[in-house]
Amino acid sequence: MQTIGRPVPRKEGRDKVTGQARYVDDLIFPEMLYGATVRSAVARGRIKKISFEGNIPWDEFTIVTAKDIPGENCVALILLDQPYLADEFINHPEEPILLLAHPDKHLLEEARRNVQLEIEPLPAIFTLEDSLNRKEIIWGEDNLFKSYKVEKGNVDEVWQSADFIIEGEYETGAQEQLYIENNGVIAIASPEDGVTVWGSMQCPYYVHKALLKLFGLPEDKIRVVQVETGGGFGGKEEYPSMIAGHAALLSWKSGRPVKIVYDRAEDMASTTKRHPSWTKHRTAVSRDGKLLGMEIDFVIDGGAYATLSAVVLSRGTIHAAGPYSCPNVRIKSRAVATNAPPHGEERFAESNKTSRQKKGMGFASFMHGAGFTGSGEKYLESVVGAEATADGRVRILAASTEIGQGTNTIFAQIAAEALRLDYDSIEVAKPDTGAVPNSGPTVASRTCMIVGKLVESAVLGLKQTLSGSGLLKENYTQEDFRQACRSYIEQHGALKSYSKYKAPPGINWDDEKYEGDAYGAYAWAVYVAEVTIDTVTYEARVDDFVAVQEVGKVIHPILAAGQIEGGVAQAIGYTLFENVVWKDGRMINNQMTNYIIPTAADIPPIRVFFEENPYAYGPAGAKGIGELPMDGAAPAILNAIENATGASINHIPLMPESLIEALGGESG
Amino acid sequence: MADASRKVEINCKVNGEARTLQVYPMARLLDVLREELRLTGTKEGCGEGECGACSVLIDNVLVNSCLVPVLQAEGAEIKTIEGIASGEQLHAVQEAFIACGGAQCGICTPGMVIAAVNLLERTPNPSEADIRTGLAGNLCRCTGYMKIFEAVVRACQKQNSEARIQNPE
Ligand code: FES
Ligand code: FES
Repeated sequence: MQTIGRPVPRKEGRDKVTGQARYVDDLIFPEMLYGATVRSAVARGRIKKISFEGNIPWDEFTIVTAKDIPGENCVALILLDQPYLADEFINHPEEPILLLAHPDKHLLEEARRNVQLEIEPLPAIFTLEDSLNRKEIIWGEDNLFKSYKVEKGNVDEVWQSADFIIEGEYETGAQEQLYIENNGVIAIASPEDGVTVWGSMQCPYYVHKALLKLFGLPEDKIRVVQVETGGGFGGKEEYPSMIAGHAALLSWKSGRPVKIVYDRAEDMASTTKRHPSWTKHRTAVSRDGKLLGMEIDFVIDGGAYATLSAVVLSRGTIHAAGPYSCPNVRIKSRAVATNAPPHGEERFAESNKTSRQKKGMGFASFMHGAGFTGSGEKYLESVVGAEATADGRVRILAASTEIGQGTNTIFAQIAAEALRLDYDSIEVAKPDTGAVPNSGPTVASRTCMIVGKLVESAVLGLKQTLSGSGLLKENYTQEDFRQACRSYIEQHGALKSYSKYKAPPGINWDDEKYEGDAYGAYAWAVYVAEVTIDTVTYEARVDDFVAVQEVGKVIHPILAAGQIEGGVAQAIGYTLFENVVWKDGRMINNQMTNYIIPTAADIPPIRVFFEENPYAYGPAGAKGIGELPMDGAAPAILNAIENATGASINHIPLMPESLIEALGGESG
Repeated sequence: MADASRKVEINCKVNGEARTLQVYPMARLLDVLREELRLTGTKEGCGEGECGACSVLIDNVLVNSCLVPVLQAEGAEIKTIEGIASGEQLHAVQEAFIACGGAQCGICTPGMVIAAVNLLERTPNPSEADIRTGLAGNLCRCTGYMKIFEAVVRACQKQNSEARIQNPE
């Protein structure tokens, strides 16, 4: 019975369509308190005084400040620069300063408004230029979180011999991930029992690592459980460590369970967004159309703290030259600090611009590496487990999260196929750091290809154990498998198997020189967009969209197409509507009313095609998919607009105002 | 005049069952459903009438329950996602959402299913434009809507073929 490549029903599908799926805000614990965060209104400054005003019964509240932190006051990620609660210095608007908890939500909200903060403002910087020019030093010695250099061939010599030199500067804005479920967690914490957190998240082991430092407890005293998660898109990668820590601190002090769920305005204003970026390309081309050299300068705005900027920058650096063959390349990239809330990962995007002459139509060809960049996967050393029960069912043990993209379903398909069992006899355990090994974060298009491969080898380990003990013959039925499991468990106890990541042969990366194979495999794609520009309103509309990609073997055709369609829709929003408006480092349109994402009425038909070219080291030949569609849609649409209007657009989002300007038209 | 700071008694029907509630008159219907009745299938995405995750039917009219003070539910018949299937038998729209991949993360799904059920009740043979406008009040960030449109078409075909079996010409 073949499972791979067939549209089996999504594992949690029934619960989701009946409203039975439980997200964190649907859970209530006995004696539970609600928690709230008091945040800074200024971008940079020094806390002078905190006072508790108004007609509020303050003695009923649990109040936590930096002084109450039992371990270290930093969110452990790559660097330890970001505090859980600002102690003295403020580095961005919305920075958390103090936490409150109370059983009554409404009173809590009133109390939050009555905490008075006296902050002495310090000069702040908000733009890439000011940060690069060191107008103020706000981080480290030079505002520089990270920089990379890539050199290939000899770029300096190509400019004289080139027939054409093409130069351009490109800008992308921040993008709010806008998962429809806001960030939220529930925590129970005490010195005796340790800390347990349930929450909406992509990476339970990131939260685990952060809580270890925050509380200074041994590993087995911290447990992190992912509950059903209403979308992530990179926005629930690092931020859950923050909110989980806050809820746990309040619980630690109050001795009661604490729930913190943000409302939309708080989520949009204070959590991570896609990094704004600026890129300068200089390209040398010969008369017969060959690329001779490229010089690329790429800068991203990381906000006030380092968070994952280095990872995003590294991916951007490696993808900057696009899928083209070019003998001479120089790439310089930098992630810099500004006094804005930290920016985080999001399905990545990179504009590789190519044009084609046909009215109102544009295309982009691009690639996206699957898995962690460079040596990332080697350091992660991900592990997946599989466990068989006495009735012949198999459970997958992994910390990879289902966030809508289909992890549960594809893991079950991969396992069913490898063992030649029914899809229904495979279960996927809930990610719970107390029960599953660390299969790494659910990011970077790595879940299917990297973790899926580990699922495949872990379940094959079960089979080997059974046949090695003489309980399972070469050709077996579902019933044979069940009996073999039963006998094994009766004779030897639990039947489990674990599998740990090993780099495929021939994949080598040099961290020092930034050379080698950055990824085990790439997905490749060509996207085509057709647009109409309304020359009265200057609105751009995408009429038709075709996405063709090669992602290795497609495990589940409907889920895979759904991933692409969803990503393309997000990219259409990113290109044409989604405009984060900043004032002094704070997003001021932090509502769904004025930050516009595409609705059912705005999306063109998105036609998705797959080319399947199996990859030897992916499960059943699959590669990664998740972030791919974000890379290509924006350049395809901008090229279509250029094709339609003749205006070359170098920044997104392209709001009607900028199109008027670009076309030299007049408004009104 | 109702005093907003005093609880009042509200009588209504929720998913076919008569209910008497002691609630603050200006409490949001969304909170009453989720917290008092523990019907947590209705979700909150924005709290300001933009996302449709909180969609329910009041007397068969599609509303955003985050914008409805519970006072307005007096005497009304309310239907939430929990009342869409008949026992174990899923509604054609729910089956189609599973078959077509209309639910990814699932947070918009209850509202989207309610909106689709309501659309097919109002417009048994919707055009593509009808589907797009009928669902334009429900935001989904995961799917790009294509699979949701397919699900509505599939549910509509199934309902129509069942109707033909029940009422042969
Ligand atoms: S929560 Fe009611 S419309 Fe968004
Ligand atoms: S399925 Fe995730 S928002 Fe619609």
